[in-house]
This record gives sequence, C-alpha cells and structure tokens, in this order.
Amino acid sequence: MSTMAKTSAGGAGLRITAREARNLLAGALIVVAAGFVPLLFSGYVLQVAISIVMYTAFATSWLLFSGPTNYIALSTAAFFGIGMYVTAAGIDLAPYPVLILASGVAGALLAAVMGLATLRVSGVYFVIFSLGLAELVRQIMTWGQHVFGTMSGLYVTIDRSEPMYYWQLLLLAAVIFLVGWWIGRSRLGFALRIIGNDEVVAVHCGINTARAKVILFVISSTFASIVGALVAPRWGYVEPVVAFNPSLSFQVVIMALLGGTHRLWGPLLGVIPFTLLWELISIEFPDQTTLLLGVCFLLIVYVIPNGITGLVEDALSRRAGHGGPVGDTLSRGAHGVIGSVRTLLQGRKRHNA
Amino acid sequence: MDIVIIGLLLGGTYALMAMGLQLQYGVARIMNLANGEMLIAGAFGAFWFYLGTKASPLLALLFVIPLAFALNWAIYRVLILPLVRRAKSQGKLEVDSILATFGLSFIFIGIMVAVFGAQYTDYAYLSEPIFIFGERYGLNRVVAFLASAALCTGLYVWLHKTRAGLALRAVSVNPSAAGLVSINVARTSAFAFALGGAVTAAGGVLLSMYLTFDASYGVVFTLKALIIVILGGVGDIRGTIVAAFILGLAETAVATLIDPGLTLAAAYILFMIVLLVRPEGLFGRRTA
Repeated sequence: MSTMAKTSAGGAGLRITAREARNLLAGALIVVAAGFVPLLFSGYVLQVAISIVMYTAFATSWLLFSGPTNYIALSTAAFFGIGMYVTAAGIDLAPYPVLILASGVAGALLAAVMGLATLRVSGVYFVIFSLGLAELVRQIMTWGQHVFGTMSGLYVTIDRSEPMYYWQLLLLAAVIFLVGWWIGRSRLGFALRIIGNDEVVAVHCGINTARAKVILFVISSTFASIVGALVAPRWGYVEPVVAFNPSLSFQVVIMALLGGTHRLWGPLLGVIPFTLLWELISIEFPDQTTLLLGVCFLLIVYVIPNGITGLVEDALSRRAGHGGPVGDTLSRGAHGVIGSVRTLLQGRKRHNA
Repeated sequence: MDIVIIGLLLGGTYALMAMGLQLQYGVARIMNLANGEMLIAGAFGAFWFYLGTKASPLLALLFVIPLAFALNWAIYRVLILPLVRRAKSQGKLEVDSILATFGLSFIFIGIMVAVFGAQYTDYAYLSEPIFIFGERYGLNRVVAFLASAALCTGLYVWLHKTRAGLALRAVSVNPSAAGLVSINVARTSAFAFALGGAVTAAGGVLLSMYLTFDASYGVVFTLKALIIVILGGVGDIRGTIVAAFILGLAETAVATLIDPGLTLAAAYILFMIVLLVRPEGLFGRRTA
C-alpha cells in the first residue's frame, strides 16, 4: 500500500500537466524576451536592468528557503561576500568557471555548518545567527588578510562586457526559478510547506524536518554565493567593508516581502518596483537612504503583509466571486494533512488524560 | 590576570545591556532586533551630554533612562501592539516582530547618522589609570562596572521583592496563567518592553564611557545581548548575569590573545557551543 502511494507520488512528480506546461512556456518566453534588453538599451538603463536581474536572483533564492518555512534569513550579504572573495582570491590560480563553482561550494559549506547548528533547534536561533553572519565573516576575512599580510582589498581582473553580466545573471535567475519550480512539486517542497504551517505536525508526519530545512537553506545560499562570483569582476576591487555590506541582506528581504513570499514569482513583482524606487531614492536623497529603507520596510510589514501577489490574488478572487483565496492543490493538500494530524494528536491527548 | 579583570569589567556592563533584552524577549516576548540601536542611542545621548556640559556622563542616565522608557513605551503601543493583535499564533508574531524591529533598527540608524554623523565617536572621561593588583586599568571601566552593578542589583531586587516585579516574572513564566490571577498581561508586557529599552539605553551610556562606537554599530550589540540571553537561558536573570561575564571573559581573551577585531567570533563560538550542547541555556528549563 505504502509503496503504491510512493510510486504514484513519484509518477505525479514526473508528469507535467497542461497548465504547468503553459506556465513553463510563458516563463521561457519571458526569459528570452528579457534577454533582448542589452541589445536594445545601454548605459544607465542597462545598469538598472542588471540590478533588477541580480536582485531577482537574490530574492528568489531567498524565497526558496524563507518562503515556505517562514524562517527569515538575514544572511544574504554573507554568502554574496563569500562568493566574491572566493572569486577574487582565486582569480590568478584557476579559470573563472571553476571559481564560480568553487564559490557555490564555499557558500554551500558555510550554509551547511550554519544550518546544522541552528536549524535543529528553533527558528529564532537561526534568525539571530544569520543576523550577524555577514559581520562575523567580515571580521574573519579582515583578520585573515591582516595575518597573511595581504592588502585589505583584492583586484578581480577579467574582461567582461555589461551585456555579458546581464546574460549571466539572467541565466542564473532562470535556473533558480526552475529549481524553485521543481522543489515546489517535489516531496521536499511539500515537506517544507508542512513545516512552515506547523512544525510539530511535520515531525509527527515522519518528516525529518532538520534535514529538509538544511537542504533547502544550502540550495538557497549556494545561489547567493554564485551571484557574488558573477558580480565580482564587475566591481573590479573587492574589500571586506563593501563585500559584506549588511544592507544587501536587508534589501533582499524587503523586495521579497514587497512582492509576496507565498508565490515563486512573488519576488519578481517586488524587485522591479523597489529597484526603480531605490534608484530614485539614491539620487534624490543620497544621505537619507538608510532611514527611507527602514520606512519602506515598516510600510510593507504593516500595510501589505502579503505583498503585491497577495493584493493581486485578493483582487482576482474578489472579481471571480470566490469566497476564499484560490490556493493550489498542493497547499490545500498540506492543510488537509495538518488538519487530520492535529485532530489525531488532540484525540490522543484527550485519550491520555 | 589582565584578561580576567578586564573581562569581568566588560561582562558587568554587558550584563546590564543583556538584562534590557531579557526583559523585552523574556517577559514581553518580543524579539527586538533594534535593541542594539537603542543602546547606541543611549551612548550618543551620553556623548552629547558630556560634550555640552563636561559633567559626568553618569548624570546623563538621569535623562536617558526616562526618555528611553517613554520612547520604548511608544514603540510598543504604536508598532508592536497591532502586531500582537493581528498575530494568529506565537510563531507568526515572532516573524512579524522580527521584521518590524529589523525595519525599525534601520530607521534608528538613519536618524542617528543624520543627527550625529556616521564617523566613529568617543570621548575621554576619567581616562586616568587605576591600579588593581599592581596592574593599570582605565578608571572609566571601573566606574562603568560599578554603576552597572548598582543598576543590575537594583533591578534584581526590584524584580524579586516587589509586587510589580513579581507580576513581571509571572508573565515571563506563563502569560495566560498570569492573566488568570488578575495580572494585566498587556500592560505588564508594555511596561517590560519599555523598561527593557530603558535598561539597554543605560547600558549604552555606561559602555560609551570607554568604547568607540558609530551609528551603525548597534547590530553587534544586539547580537551580543541575544547571545548572552540565550546562553543564560530565556527568562532567567541569574543566567543572564553569569552569561554576560562568560561573554566578557571570552571576548577579552580573544581580543588580547588573538586579535581585537575578532570579538564577534568569540561570541559566535559561544553561541555554537550553546546550540550544540545545551540549546535551552545554562539556567533554562528544557521545554517539552
């Protein structure tokens, strides 16, 4: 019986429904269309476009872990900085593609250590650990450079044109979307949604919650490190204070929240308006950026807690005349499982009493 | 010997700062990521007061504590309470309050940069030496330690000997049961949050007497306070004091023996050990 259930679940994992095929095709078309941007624009517009694609990669990879589990990761800057540093340190030793891989591996290792230490316990410890991670790695890097007597910064000299950066980041963002889509329909994604809804229930379902969380956090952080490796040559000069700038972590969270964290494409809707707004703020109020960032953040948390996707879906469901939110079958399934396990647990508690 | 004494002096001041967070997290159940910014605000208050009057920064406590209390009360009323009401569960409240206070910390930094600038700040108060066991130490460190010890003792006695303190401890142990014995939980939580902010700001005043700080340095103190609270056990004041001394010693040892730039690494190593060995903290109760 159980093997039958397993094979049928595995089968569902491979089969692609017509709706999914349509979504995939639409996604591919959007990526191809976005690929034409550097051919049409250059200069400032292309710079902003590069920012948008970069933050899309960041925010979507952040969402892979923090979206379903509700564990707020504030460590993007640490992984980004690691990627930059691995690339900068190895630039004379190994070819660039190898360095990109090495950056991903370094990020994955750090994420695994952090995940194994914190994700077995409670969510708060994870948030606290992630809050200072960028500062910790920065201190260690500064110390390391001091001990080994190298300069405080490193030069990264590879010749890459601006369109090339754009395409690389676009490709990475597309890969992140594919991975996210695949996780969403896998057993792992299902497990994570249950964890996000109720961790006790997840444990009682027989889910190895720590393993699922660590795997996802490693995947998410690996992508952030790879972005660092892709962007390092564009900056040319890498030093600790710039590479581990904590406001990056902040911006990524704010964009993902603005877009909405319960849909894979949510961050995209947050990244585009926020990057444009941010450009405007940096030009108009260069001295008050931190303050205004904080204000934007509070506005999002208080006024639109479900993000733009939440607003859009509310509007759609109201127009369609549905009573409640539509919700896909998978999350409905998760709710069903949680409901029934909860009843079971309560029943047992009553029984024991 | 140096390490032990400097570490104890530092730990004594850390104890005050961590007690502030303990009140906010242990009693009011709000994970306040803007705690370190409140500390830096207190430090700037002392700096500004000292520059203006040349009087002892300890006198700055007289206005920093009430101001910080009022400000934190207002923060709780305006920003946190809507989240408490909106939250469907403790977990949701935790996520929301983490996000809100994280945003708040950036607002604080922005305001402080606008008012005081982004440069490193320090001032020389009582920077004459004092001899303990034949070694030289800064008098300002000793004075800050004594002031912190006095405040901590006062707070401890207040918590354990008065009815209001008892109410606070009751809410810390179990908010819903505290409500049953006619403690106004909402009011007590707001009070604990405000008091915690005031205590943290007082810690900032004392730390500013011998540490260099800048507007964006708060996050480091938030982390240290959090790690002390977790190490000591959430909701346990004794644990907080012991843990503050442990962190002070560990940090001073790393700073003296390896590199002064690695203090955060010392805190993280302690954090890792706690997480791996005893996640509920030294004095914490293991929850089922």
